[in-house]
Amino acid sequence: MAILHTVNKSPFERNALASCLRLSKAGSAILFIEDGVYAAMSGSRFADDISAAIADRKVYVLGPDMEARGVAGKIIDGITVVDYNGFVDLVAENDSVQAWL
Amino acid sequence: MSEELQEGVVKKMMYLNRKAPYGTVYALESLEVVLIGAAFDQDVSLAFVDDGVYQILNGQNTTKDSGIGMKDFSPTYKALGDYDITKLYVEKESLEERGLSADDLMDLVYEDEDDDWAEKPSIILVSREELADVMDEQEVVFSF
Repeated sequence: MAILHTVNKSPFERNALASCLRLSKAGSAILFIEDGVYAAMSGSRFADDISAAIADRKVYVLGPDMEARGVAGKIIDGITVVDYNGFVDLVAENDSVQAWL
Repeated sequence: MSEELQEGVVKKMMYLNRKAPYGTVYALESLEVVLIGAAFDQDVSLAFVDDGVYQILNGQNTTKDSGIGMKDFSPTYKALGDYDITKLYVEKESLEERGLSADDLMDLVYEDEDDDWAEKPSIILVSREELADVMDEQEVVFSF
């Protein structure tokens, strides 16, 4: 089953990202939104975990949330930026949405 | 009225900011309280620690690409100098583990009235150890 995982918390403040990476299966999609977008930044303590996930999962980040926080210029290679329409497409393309709060 | 009350009691007060902006209301609330408190002529400093360093990142834009439907309050930090809030401590280690450096922060300055209004940086980059010392000197710490 194709699942879209969303993460909306900073990886430095909650362990939502760690749980998502641990429990999401190969082939699933992960989308970072709200404070979750900080996980998509290159050079952070979590960058290696994200790069490892990109190897077998599709990783996306919501553009407006990155722009708002001033981090749009520092995205890890291999992450796809989507807008709100792209968010809707991801929800439609997958069988279900799993929100990691 | 005693002379002390007329002169006012000046305390060392620190606002401790540890949360990212926008995801929760803490950052904005802190800023509001700082600006209100500025009217009371206290010895005020701000500290940016953990996710709090994200509050003063350069280039925030809440209206680009449809936006997020929230006000970009980051320009307000640039006004702090005009309210005599000139000590903004930023913990180096918090920046580093987020892949950030001082270059990623806004250019926050104040005009020093004791030095012919020369423009000086408000941001003071400190190590974890140095910040612990600064916090130890405070009489009041407000947590956000």
